[in-house]
Amino acid sequence: MQVIPVTAVHRGFGQTARRDTWWAAPLGVFLGLSAFIGYATWAAFQGEHYHFGPYLSPFYAPELWGDSPHSWFGPKPGWWPGLLPFSPALLILPFPGGFRFTCYYYRGAYYKSFWADPPSCAVGEPRQGYLGENSFPLIMQNIHRYFLYAAVAFLFMLSYDVWKAMWFADPATGQERFGIGVGTIVLLVNVVLLSSYTLGCHSMRHLVGGRKDEISKSAISDACYSCSSSLNNRHQLFAWCSLFSVMFADVYVRLCSMGIWTDLRII
Amino acid sequence: MSQATFRIWRSEPGGGAGAFKNYTTEISEGMVVLDAVHKIQAEQAPDLACRWNCKAGKCGSCSAEINGKPRLMCMSRLNSINLDEPVTVEPMRTFPLIKDLVTDVSWNFRTKKGLKKFKPRKPDAPDGTWRMAQQDIDRVQEFRKCIECFLCQDVCHVLRDHDKHEEFIGPRFFVYAAALEMHPLDTDDRLADLKDKSNIGYCNITKCCTTVCPEHIHITDNAIIPLKERVVDSFYDPVSRLLRMISG
Repeated sequence: MQVIPVTAVHRGFGQTARRDTWWAAPLGVFLGLSAFIGYATWAAFQGEHYHFGPYLSPFYAPELWGDSPHSWFGPKPGWWPGLLPFSPALLILPFPGGFRFTCYYYRGAYYKSFWADPPSCAVGEPRQGYLGENSFPLIMQNIHRYFLYAAVAFLFMLSYDVWKAMWFADPATGQERFGIGVGTIVLLVNVVLLSSYTLGCHSMRHLVGGRKDEISKSAISDACYSCSSSLNNRHQLFAWCSLFSVMFADVYVRLCSMGIWTDLRII
Repeated sequence: MSQATFRIWRSEPGGGAGAFKNYTTEISEGMVVLDAVHKIQAEQAPDLACRWNCKAGKCGSCSAEINGKPRLMCMSRLNSINLDEPVTVEPMRTFPLIKDLVTDVSWNFRTKKGLKKFKPRKPDAPDGTWRMAQQDIDRVQEFRKCIECFLCQDVCHVLRDHDKHEEFIGPRFFVYAAALEMHPLDTDDRLADLKDKSNIGYCNITKCCTTVCPEHIHITDNAIIPLKERVVDSFYDPVSRLLRMISG
């Protein structure tokens, strides 16, 4: 039988017969992620206005070293290099940042939006050479599950911050009293969205049960796999919602701390 | 009755480069692109080559690119397409062209032959039968919906733009490998092959394959990423490897 060799018909960058607005989604991702990265970088280097009363911005949580009452180990450590600017956020942000950077959803999204590999489905690419995630540096994306472990630990710490955000100091006596403010709700919603994103992560889904061929043999694995799969069905949605909720929580705490917004007490 | 213009790819006799040719034909309610192509074939271009069979989205024969998107012609209803401008119908770009809208997809069959086959464990019962739990088989059942239309292979940029046919098996065969690798009865290990021969690492998860699948198989989320995670277990995760060594 005659074998016809397969050779790809290369198209130029952006060349396609598609008539729809194929560029809109990658452009939206590019703008959304750029806005977040820009804001997060700016906020991380501020080193101030990251706490207000019982609230702590999630960009700075947990505050390992710092000047706020939320700090775990006291003020800026003496070993911190003098040439480097200090901000409590710089100590912890690499972990959630790495989790998102290596997330399967974001990978697919930013390969399209930032690297045009491809710009969109069935649209010509700017480069002919291709290594994918088969070799360095992108083979390092396989570290994702280690960032997941850190992200799960962060969920516990952020949940503890929500608990602490329910205890307000009485201005008269200085004693802490239970209460709920708008900020408490903002931090709570943020943790719920982050949990929905993290627990529905593809690596989580694999680790809790997907790795097994006969998942029916473990009822716990089966239940966890079903829950994680349900969240995974909306992974993209939770990825974006949690991204904006983290940013909004920081904006909220920052503006309250600056006196621009007033935190309303519900209880 | 109204009219619509179809801009159809016609190849030169003898396998030349070819060009688009416009055909205007009458259309009626309920028609799909394949109906229009058949009408053009019957009335204006009897030498127009087009592969089709079931006209029900189940045989996977009439794969083409309609207005630049890989789709089945029989499942593309004209009332879902803007007919104010010519509708472009061209062959799948990832495979060699035979004539007009017909491509040679035999590379897929050759690729499939190179993959490890199903290797079940010994039968569970003396009568040679096996016992499986429904939820274990549900997961791989999704992959059995594949109709081998090869639209996912067509849209995959690793094949389409980077010509990695010799190194990369493409989404269709990751689905096939996942159906076997995750099967509760299967005993073979395909992970080394998936990493080194099939180069699953080339997939950068853009989900184009999932988008075009007419059977709505979650190719990326349920087949490729779980296989990538299993490859990580076996080759990239030192903790998993250590635990495997300890547990034997």
